[in-house]
Amino acid sequence: MSANIAEMERRREAARIGGGEKRIEAQHAKGKLTARERLDVLLDFGSFEELDTYVEHDCTDFGMDEQRIPGDGVVTGSGTINGRLVFVFSQDFTVFGGSLSKRHAEKICKVMDMAMKVGAPVIGLNDSGGARIQEGVASLGGYAEVFQRNVLASGVVPQISLIMGPCAGGAVYSPAMTDFIFMVKDSSYMFVTGPDVVKTVTNEVVTQEELGGAVTHTTKTSVADVAFENDIETLLATRNFFDFLPLSNREEVPERPTSDKWDRAEPSLDTLIPDNANQPYDMHEVIRKVLDEGDFFEVQPAHAANIICGFGRIEGRTVGVVANQPMVLAGVLDIASSKKAARFVRFCDAFEIPILTFVDVPGFLPGTAQEHNGIIKHGAKLLFAYAEATVPKITVITRKAYGGAYDVMASKHLRGDLNYAWPTAEIAVMGAKGAVEIIFRQDRDDPEKIAEKTKEYEDRFANPFVAAQRGYIDEVIYPHSTRRRIALGLRKLRGKQLENPWKKHDNIPL
Amino acid sequence: MFKKILIANRGEIACRVIKTARRMGIATVAVYSDADARAPFVRMADEAVHIGPPPAAESYLLADKIIEAAKQTGAEAIHPGYGFLSERASFVEQLEKEGLVFIGPPASAIAAMGDKIESKRLAKEAGVNTVPGSPDAIADTEEALQWANEIGYPVMMKASAGGGGKGMRLAWNDTDVREGFEATQREGKNSFGDDRVFIEKFIEDPRHIEIQILGDKHGTILYLNERECSIQRRHQKVVEEAPSPFVTPEMRRAMGEQAVALSRAVDYHSAGTVELIVSGADKSGQSFYFLEMNTRLQVEHPVTEAITGIDLVEQMIRVAAGEKLDMRQEDIGIDGWAIENRVYAEDPYRGFLPSIGRLVHYDPPVEPWASDGAKNDTRGIDGIRVDDGVMDGGEVSMFYDPMIAKLVTWGETRDAAADLQVAALDAFRIEGVGHNVDFLSAIMQHPRFRSGELTTGFIAEEYPEGFEGAAASDELKRGLAAIGGVIATVDADRARRIDQRLGGRVAPPGDWTVRIDGQDYAVTLGESDIEVDGREVALEMEYTPGDRVVAVTLDEEELTIQLKPTTTGYAVTTRGRTHRLRILPTHVAHLAEHMIEKVPPDTSKMLICPMPGLLVKLHVTEGEEVQPGQPLATVEAMKMENILRAEKGGTIATINAGEGDSLAVDEVILELE
Repeated sequence: MSANIAEMERRREAARIGGGEKRIEAQHAKGKLTARERLDVLLDFGSFEELDTYVEHDCTDFGMDEQRIPGDGVVTGSGTINGRLVFVFSQDFTVFGGSLSKRHAEKICKVMDMAMKVGAPVIGLNDSGGARIQEGVASLGGYAEVFQRNVLASGVVPQISLIMGPCAGGAVYSPAMTDFIFMVKDSSYMFVTGPDVVKTVTNEVVTQEELGGAVTHTTKTSVADVAFENDIETLLATRNFFDFLPLSNREEVPERPTSDKWDRAEPSLDTLIPDNANQPYDMHEVIRKVLDEGDFFEVQPAHAANIICGFGRIEGRTVGVVANQPMVLAGVLDIASSKKAARFVRFCDAFEIPILTFVDVPGFLPGTAQEHNGIIKHGAKLLFAYAEATVPKITVITRKAYGGAYDVMASKHLRGDLNYAWPTAEIAVMGAKGAVEIIFRQDRDDPEKIAEKTKEYEDRFANPFVAAQRGYIDEVIYPHSTRRRIALGLRKLRGKQLENPWKKHDNIPL
Repeated sequence: MFKKILIANRGEIACRVIKTARRMGIATVAVYSDADARAPFVRMADEAVHIGPPPAAESYLLADKIIEAAKQTGAEAIHPGYGFLSERASFVEQLEKEGLVFIGPPASAIAAMGDKIESKRLAKEAGVNTVPGSPDAIADTEEALQWANEIGYPVMMKASAGGGGKGMRLAWNDTDVREGFEATQREGKNSFGDDRVFIEKFIEDPRHIEIQILGDKHGTILYLNERECSIQRRHQKVVEEAPSPFVTPEMRRAMGEQAVALSRAVDYHSAGTVELIVSGADKSGQSFYFLEMNTRLQVEHPVTEAITGIDLVEQMIRVAAGEKLDMRQEDIGIDGWAIENRVYAEDPYRGFLPSIGRLVHYDPPVEPWASDGAKNDTRGIDGIRVDDGVMDGGEVSMFYDPMIAKLVTWGETRDAAADLQVAALDAFRIEGVGHNVDFLSAIMQHPRFRSGELTTGFIAEEYPEGFEGAAASDELKRGLAAIGGVIATVDADRARRIDQRLGGRVAPPGDWTVRIDGQDYAVTLGESDIEVDGREVALEMEYTPGDRVVAVTLDEEELTIQLKPTTTGYAVTTRGRTHRLRILPTHVAHLAEHMIEKVPPDTSKMLICPMPGLLVKLHVTEGEEVQPGQPLATVEAMKMENILRAEKGGTIATINAGEGDSLAVDEVILELE
């Protein structure tokens, strides 16, 4: 018996050491942790339970039969984050460069299948040189098996990808189909074809970092959501992020205790909106002062900052926040911001996370750049997402809600449950100046008359009461009472039941 | 007594006057510009009259508008506060013509003291010490020696047009005069085309000490002790105290009597201040000299109020109404010690650049304008008095003085008052604009400040390289590490109370590694004790997740800390410094060793906007060669044009902003190659 146990210990030890001390040192020298070390940071201490420790590849070509390492380049299993179940896979760059073999893919598929069955999220830690070329088509098949599961799991369990090393070629499409991607600055990159191929084909000279580094993907491309400084920060932030997410679409949002009073008044919000309508203010202040403890996890903070998306809590329960940001491009809706918010709204709706929308939007961004790149279809994404969402939706208009953008931003007409307005709100087809120039076109050379009519238009429409008279606004509220109103609203909406007509799936304008 | 008065001012001083008027049963009228429409003083007043756009020249300085507001509201008298119209003789005359009472001194006294030469002449005649010096230009070295010996060394030889160190030479003895006099003449001629040279007594270790004067219209003039305001930055007072640690009773009497004599010479009434320059090197206390007289209420008047129990604003109003002073010189005492710190919207970490904007959080250590009744309401609550003109969610405007609040503390002793300042500053929460709270705390803790060895050069001498936060002792850092461990444990424990758990609740980690300034502290939380590096720390604190201001007792000392969450811990501000605490469970901390310290990007080749403001001018274009010191851009903030210059030479690679853009702090305006 003891000999058997000794054998198990020996094999476990062999698996734990992965690609060997030398490769582990090389990994550390790059500022990267090993696959197992990463799980130690991500999961509750001692909670990781490994599966498939002894899996090895079955490749015999190119001398691969001589090289077998238990685990085959990926550590898989499950554990807990603050006590809640999560399934994980963590690619081991010290073993065959983390390359994906058929068996490696099967290990990933196994935990994904488990996660789907029991209803728990999957977090994938990516650090892989790509396909196991020695295996050829078997490796490609493995990728596709993972892709298929990513798609089936989408909207069933939350999927998070942490890019902590290379992720190139076909491999990028697995993270691409997960819900959120976090990247590590300077040590991770994602691209379909790398700098060498780019140079050969297009003659462009570009570094890995510029082509597909964390900064590129969190600012320009929006492929990734947040960039962090290093492995430790990424993993600790993921723990915090995980606490906002429901385990699956069968579970409610998580709840954790808070001492922040549900009816906390914030008198300072009464003076947030500047006297001058063209002066910006920071919408983050509203968000932080309304949410529990000022705690807000923003996704894609560096991309399309004219709209803010992220998670917070009210009375300890998760909410999704979408808000126009007057500090950036006056909070206008454009292609990038519409896409960003649409995807976020759909995630919230898929997982029954109530949506709070703060509106200060002057309209859609004009220009050929926008029109020729399809603002019509892209803007429609956000409209579509809000309109189909059946989760509790509470909207607060703080200042401008102009034109079609008013309709889009979770308006009453898109089945908003509670639509509030601050007294500073202006719900109108457009700003007074623009409106008067159209209505009184014949007087456009008479600045005095234009000014007089502008004043008249402002007096008539630059307030929330015209909309409130029609019932488009449920109530005009004091800014300082916003948190209380929202908390009360969410309590009352806990029992909300609303279903869209049966369909195979919708046809959102992609 | 008046039934209604108008306050021709704004901000904290308007609130200050309203507070007393209200207690006296006098109705108040505020006047305000567009920028102040939501300001607290407007709400505090019984009535408010709008007088114009934000710039002072179009609002608070318009005598006609203010008089019109007084007439319209039926105010009988006007308190000018400080600044604006407070020392404008013509305004006082105009009020008299209109039949309104000025709550301040007579126009003639304002005019006489407003003229530098005239005021010096009057001072001399009244027997007030003035800085000894030669009345006329000196012809040659021989005459210079005569004067120098008569005045007494050290002396300053000063070219008539000299200044800023140029054309000025210090002489400690005859040899210095012999060697330097002609050189000074030459320097004056070469630099300014004027070779006239004067000799003046050089004041060693100069201290700024001033005497508070209070007089009525019936011939009584009293001095209400001194205030010391030596802690200044670029001639702007930062810290004021009363009494002065340098002044003896004899010196106080001598200074006071001279100040009264001068006031008498100009038939003074109301509150006023005689400013003196004092040589700290002459311990006899006889080397004090007249600088100027301020014919108004001073910003720093609360410290005098706190030690005398006299409400100066009340006395000003009573005097203006014709009442006799209800006190005699021998009634004026000194009770304890008071210190005032001026909390400015200036960032000491960025060379004291002014900072404007919204006060996202503003929470002073005690309720402003409140009192526990001590000493005629002059000492706030428990010895902490906050005089401010802003509010939570208010604005520090670019149009006016960037002072946020005056924090005044009172104690039995100077140390007690300074200790109370440190405690109050720790609890002063200001977010949204840069502020000097850390800097003030550092001064209050500074051994030299505590010793009382002050000079007007204090800040320049003690912070020659700028300010980087107050020094923190190893014991404090150990304590902060323990605090970090407690906070992290409480946070982790709460996080583990989330629902939908797989099993029972997992205990939070008990071992933490807290890194402060690159040093690691091993924190272990036991059942009831906390150890840092194996030594127990006596710490008591109540912390609930989400708290941002927390009171703790560390080694039996009370301490307030302010918290800001970061990705891997907290930024903890206390005792004049912000410490970034990286708090990791020990098993994670040892893995963190592998993380590579990232070198921040080289900003020497970038022009970074040092403050929020408007880019009014770009002086260069892309591709242009620039020399070190060459102006690159002009940014307007607080009505001030700041010229940003090249630190290094190079070629302009990219320009990221355009003229007319509003810039945020740290925004990269352009990059050099």
